[in-house]
Amino acid sequence: MAPDPLLDDVDRRIINALQGGFPIVDEPYRVVAERLGLPEAELLARLGRMLDTKVLTRFGPMYQVERLGGRFVLASMKVPEADFDRVTRIVNSLPEVAHNYRREHDFNMWFVLAAEHPDGIPAAIMAIECATDLPVYAFPKEREYFVEMKLRA
Amino acid sequence: MHERDETDRRLILATQAGLPLVPRPYDALADRLGIPAAELKARLERMLALGAIRRIGAVPNHYALGYAANGMSVWDVDDHHCDELGIAVGKLDFVTHCYRRPRHLPDWRYNLFAMVHGRSRLEVEAHLGTIRELLGDRCRASDVLYSSAILKKTGLRLSA
Repeated sequence: MAPDPLLDDVDRRIINALQGGFPIVDEPYRVVAERLGLPEAELLARLGRMLDTKVLTRFGPMYQVERLGGRFVLASMKVPEADFDRVTRIVNSLPEVAHNYRREHDFNMWFVLAAEHPDGIPAAIMAIECATDLPVYAFPKEREYFVEMKLRA
Repeated sequence: MHERDETDRRLILATQAGLPLVPRPYDALADRLGIPAAELKARLERMLALGAIRRIGAVPNHYALGYAANGMSVWDVDDHHCDELGIAVGKLDFVTHCYRRPRHLPDWRYNLFAMVHGRSRLEVEAHLGTIRELLGDRCRASDVLYSSAILKKTGLRLSA
């Protein structure tokens, strides 16, 4: 997929400036707009448009579910090609599956299980194994060295 | 762990899809939750300070920014060196996530995972070369798994 051609320099400056540190003050958009040298209304309009066109997936607080008592676990399966669509439907149907990616490997399905309570993870894994008749490999993180989704626009 | 009360839970539910795009977003949220705006802001500050909120801002779709290649690189490194190496790999500017995870022998031998984003596979391959050099002979084997399709992406959702 090519970069979004509708993204102009102002959009890029907004994205680069707003990947964190959004102020918790009465009029945060005005503060950010002043910093960027833009009218507040233009900042709001551009954020709205980038959300509509899916250039931004979200704008707001990023919660760290584990600090709130919940749990995230990466998991993977080796799915036979002929069975891929059926298994995808089963895995995606679980509300605990937050993202699911196809990857080019014998381990060709990688998904993240997210649960508000830790007990939800083994229950989801068992449900997937029963419904698909395939083993699920869990890759819980043992150490987190770095997490930062900032990318330069 | 952050002790989350019912008001925090309602605040999370009200903001997990995003902040309102209005000039006074915290006032709008406070109205919706029926609490004073000052309390709402204090709760957000507290969750930020405790790490329950990582940050407040925009989450770009990396494909829309031109980062078309996303490779999950995986490395089999000596367990005793994994922390030191993971911290060093995590400092590279093209690595967005870096974790130690369990092996599943004999099917899966890798314990260090580093997500690498690039505008093309060529760019990702060059980044992998940098990681390989950094790990040197403390890495016994490696692989990279490129994503070929997003099958689902909803993020975490607390249910109301």
